[in-house]
Amino acid sequence: MEDLIIIGAGPAGLTAGLYAARARLKTIIMERFSPGGQILTTDWVENYPGFPDGISGFELVDRMKRQSEKFGVEIRNQEVLGLELTPEKKTLVTDKGHLETKSLVLAIGATPQKLGIAGEDLLTGKGVSYCATCDGPFYRDQEVAVIGGGDTAVEEALFLTRYAGKVYLIHRRDELRATKLLRERAFAEEKIEPVWDTIPTRIVGEAGLEGIDLKNVKTGQESRLSVQGVFIFIGYKPNSELVDGKLELDNLGFVVTNNDMETSVAGVFAAGDIRSKALRQVSTAVGEGATAAFAAEKYIEELMHSGSE
Amino acid sequence: MADVLNVTDETFDEEILNSEIPAMVDFWAEWCGPCKMVSPVVEELAREYKGRIKIASMDVDGNRQTPGRFGIRNIPTLILFKGGEVAQTIIGAYPKSYIDEEIKKLL
Repeated sequence: MEDLIIIGAGPAGLTAGLYAARARLKTIIMERFSPGGQILTTDWVENYPGFPDGISGFELVDRMKRQSEKFGVEIRNQEVLGLELTPEKKTLVTDKGHLETKSLVLAIGATPQKLGIAGEDLLTGKGVSYCATCDGPFYRDQEVAVIGGGDTAVEEALFLTRYAGKVYLIHRRDELRATKLLRERAFAEEKIEPVWDTIPTRIVGEAGLEGIDLKNVKTGQESRLSVQGVFIFIGYKPNSELVDGKLELDNLGFVVTNNDMETSVAGVFAAGDIRSKALRQVSTAVGEGATAAFAAEKYIEELMHSGSE
Repeated sequence: MADVLNVTDETFDEEILNSEIPAMVDFWAEWCGPCKMVSPVVEELAREYKGRIKIASMDVDGNRQTPGRFGIRNIPTLILFKGGEVAQTIIGAYPKSYIDEEIKKLL
């Protein structure tokens, strides 16, 4: 049986691994892709402390990964398909068999939210995208739309101006949610045209994207915008399939935890975007990963003490 | 990428469309984070299916023609080929279990 298994090798998982390894816990991180998590999707990180000139998402997590491995964390490229959670034992089901552990840290993150409108699934990959760094270069000198009003939507809209001739920033309210600095940059950028009080109602096209149908939520007026690309940045949904029905979740599906990252099952902790909380950033994920590893260490110590009584 | 064959606009038809065994091509680029997430999965599959499925990758930055031929506007994109025809297209980063299932359908 392992001391600690961490599921997810994004910033939260890698930091939990780092602290666990230094606490000399037998630790494995299970990662179904390659380490990094969602931050791999972004071109440049400016708000992670310690990097006044910014750093690429890839380089940042690469450094975190190397640091964790330096202290002896094992990262396994393997997918966890199911979980059995009891206070006494945590069992992970993989395609290569079962693993058992005394404690578990869930750093399983989130994935981009979809609009849920007609044409979205059909045209994903054919003009509809959730990743500007992946797909921006395919739209050189073309016109694209970004749906959203938060930090990600604005950052990615700014990123897209490097390639696209014009970026429509479509938001359902008349004010962006994004950080004020980002708002300033967006409004100073000529290629970005804000479209306020508007929601997309349909994504149009058959073999490829042709445009989007829009509706003004204040006037009810409908229109069609002709664009070659649509980038959707409206938020994140938790990757809670593994824990649905097994842990307490909030009404959006995020895992409920206390200040020590404890979930509703003893010995199971959560860190990073999967948690129910106000702010989802690399900087918060890192702090939570460390806290979760610390709490797991205390939990294991208590298990050993109660065992010997 | 030891077992993953690198293909270009020039070698694509010969290596993939004219391949005797089914093939899978991973379309990626250096600036694409999620593509990096998928690479280890593709490498592992290349090892597991060696001799049975030809697993290849194409850098879309240096090769603009082939992605255009297949209407690729998003990466990562995996396209599975059998007998010179497109059998399946997987757009976006998916875990190994999903891709493995799609590959098995080719055999």
